[in-house]
Amino acid sequence: MLERNPADQEPDVDALTGTTTTGHVWDGIRELNTPLPRWWLWLFYATILWAVGYWIVYPSWPLVSSYTKGAFRWQSRDAVVSDLDALKAQRGPMVEKLRSASLQEIASDPTLLDFARAQARPAFAENCAPCHGAGGGGGRGYPNLNDDEWIWGGNLDEIAQTIRHGVRSGDADARQGAAMPAFGRDGILKRADVENVGDFVRSLAGVAPDPKTDLTAGKKIFSDNCAVCHGETGKGKRELGAPNLSDAIWLYGADKPSIVEAIWNGRGGVMPAWAARLDDVTIKALAVYVHSLGGGEK
Amino acid sequence: MQAGGDIALALHHAHAAQPPLLELVKDAMGAASPAASVRPAPDVPEPDDEGPLYVARRKIYPQRVKGTYRTIKWIVLFVTLGIYYGLPFVRWDRGPGAPDQAVLIDFPNRRFYFFFIELWPQEIYYLTGLLILAAMTLFLMNAVAGRVWCGYLCPQTVWTDLFQTIERWVEGDRREHLQRDRQPWTVERLGRSGLKHVLWLMLAWWTGGAWVLYFADAPTLVKELATFEAPLLAYVWIGILTFTTYTLAGHMREQVCLYMCPWPRIQAALTDEHALNVTYRYDRGEPRGSVKKSAALRVQGMPAGDCVDCYQCVYVCPTGVDIRSGPNLGCIQCGLCIDACDTVMAKIDRPARLIAYDTDLNIKRRQEGQPELYHIVRMRTVFYAGVIAIVAAVMAYALATRQSEGISVIHDRNPIFVRLSDGELRNGFTVRILNKSLERRSFVLTVEGLADIDLKIVGDTVTSGPMAVITVGPDQSHELRVLVSTYSSLPPAASIPLTFRITDAQTGQRASAVDHFRGP
Repeated sequence: MLERNPADQEPDVDALTGTTTTGHVWDGIRELNTPLPRWWLWLFYATILWAVGYWIVYPSWPLVSSYTKGAFRWQSRDAVVSDLDALKAQRGPMVEKLRSASLQEIASDPTLLDFARAQARPAFAENCAPCHGAGGGGGRGYPNLNDDEWIWGGNLDEIAQTIRHGVRSGDADARQGAAMPAFGRDGILKRADVENVGDFVRSLAGVAPDPKTDLTAGKKIFSDNCAVCHGETGKGKRELGAPNLSDAIWLYGADKPSIVEAIWNGRGGVMPAWAARLDDVTIKALAVYVHSLGGGEK
Repeated sequence: MQAGGDIALALHHAHAAQPPLLELVKDAMGAASPAASVRPAPDVPEPDDEGPLYVARRKIYPQRVKGTYRTIKWIVLFVTLGIYYGLPFVRWDRGPGAPDQAVLIDFPNRRFYFFFIELWPQEIYYLTGLLILAAMTLFLMNAVAGRVWCGYLCPQTVWTDLFQTIERWVEGDRREHLQRDRQPWTVERLGRSGLKHVLWLMLAWWTGGAWVLYFADAPTLVKELATFEAPLLAYVWIGILTFTTYTLAGHMREQVCLYMCPWPRIQAALTDEHALNVTYRYDRGEPRGSVKKSAALRVQGMPAGDCVDCYQCVYVCPTGVDIRSGPNLGCIQCGLCIDACDTVMAKIDRPARLIAYDTDLNIKRRQEGQPELYHIVRMRTVFYAGVIAIVAAVMAYALATRQSEGISVIHDRNPIFVRLSDGELRNGFTVRILNKSLERRSFVLTVEGLADIDLKIVGDTVTSGPMAVITVGPDQSHELRVLVSTYSSLPPAASIPLTFRITDAQTGQRASAVDHFRGP
């Protein structure tokens, strides 16, 4: 509460400090009159002057459809561009080395390998991670790039080829293989056959089926329909893009409904061709990076 | 004065001529209406809202003084400035491939060198310990003898002292300088003033120049600076420090202490009645009077104080404070008024130390005829000293047992684990091995915690089995991608602790880090 007392005009002096008071009283507490130093005011004026200078030099005022550009037409976007150019120039020699070296040379030179992996990491995050996951861990229908099963081959050149031209991408050199037919939907196999062959496929990978299950029917159907691409023992054929069915890795899941669904409706994963979008150096770096995730083949 | 200071000032001020503080407080507490008890209502005038909002700085002309505290200040000034300007040139041999500067903050290489200590950026926590030590030392000094920091050690005080000395050389002592400032601008006055500013700027430039020497090899940089070949950044920083030194020590001076520094406010809140402060002993000094009048009063057996109102204590004060008005936010407690007063007391043949390091408590006790009480060892000084001892011991231990090798491990986030075609489980880790010594070293990397373990290092086609040999260059760190796999079947939702250990192949020095092996 502010109390004001109408009385004489003599400035009130505080007995203890000898300082005059402002005359303001709050519940008996009086306020000493201690003005700010004048240089404080000058600093305030200086900030105003600074602001005016800033308006002149830098882009500052928004206009209806643009903004004031500033005396030197400086903008942060140009600064980013020049920073990026400087970075490019700095990396230039190493990038040239990547361009001229073969994939095998890159992978066997520790410095080049480190550089390629560093270059590829952001490219992978921007282009590959949406399907294959941030660390290449994959997901249902999107291969895990860390493991050692490769549908289309896992050495450096094969990986680079897949990245460049994609899988069933429409590119002339794309991995085409043979898309898996829809055995059930297209009426090639009956429902019971599909169920039987599903059990048999699971047994190939060592997923123990119900002991009562008779696998002979499934084996027969497999030999007649599947072995042509996946091989008699289910080892798969890379040239056809037919995955190995006898290992522990399942792109769409190892459970029976997933396998039955695959046989009934067929499968045929796709991947875009990246040659049109990414430059060759980036593709090489990506190939080396994916190869180095842990599953790369010789 | 400012509001924060006024509280401290009002609380601590107890002038002999005024009613003691305690009585004032009793009055205030005992009265029915606080407003009425502090001051009768009719005395309060109409608020002076038309008064000035800003106050011009009153220029201070501190007078030269001689004495104990001035000598102490000189010694401290020469020692501290000597360290500041000279330290970058001290050499310290660390062997080939390492800088031989005793104190060096090497930003490009991310290293801090301090004599036998070399710190990496991740060891910045030593700075935390240093800051705790600094704060506790400040508090301890305050609890023992008030603003020791402000009066003797603070860079603002030391540089201001130096700048004022230069000012006195060029423009004369207080009286002469005052006189000169009252006269119109003559060529001579202009010349003197110009000379002073040139000297100030040179000193300020030197201050900035010494600063940048802590960030590069000092002798090389001095050569580069002299031949204008130093990096632009060095000149920019010298410019910045020249500006701040010239402004703060030449022009702002006590304004820094009064308006900008937070310590006076904190100090007022941290002090207690036993802390020694530069104090005017009003029990001895009051009532003031001329030498003759006081002598006459003494002969008659009437009360007469030793203070002769000569204002020497005010004239020598670098912040323009009258110590006789009690403890004060503006008082940096440099002790120069003690020297000034002692000089006067010697001349008028009265005992020295009318102004002295004392406490308000002792003044009151003397007035009441009680013996003086000095309480250096008390709860807070013991506490501060204890904290200092503990933190210093922890830091000394950490430094003494600091390892010259280190390892850190990050588990892959995606995927957490990988199932290989033959059912094998694999985890990926990013491992960084630090070699803080100045020699190339080979480390044996082992991973423990799982039976049947296999290590694979990306880019290394030789390694297989449970261990790998990694070579790390001198004073460097090396990052590896390590794939750990096992055939062992794991329990569901397994998370098995793994110890990544490096052992120096030659010396056997070890370091380790713990992470986990994760399964489905």
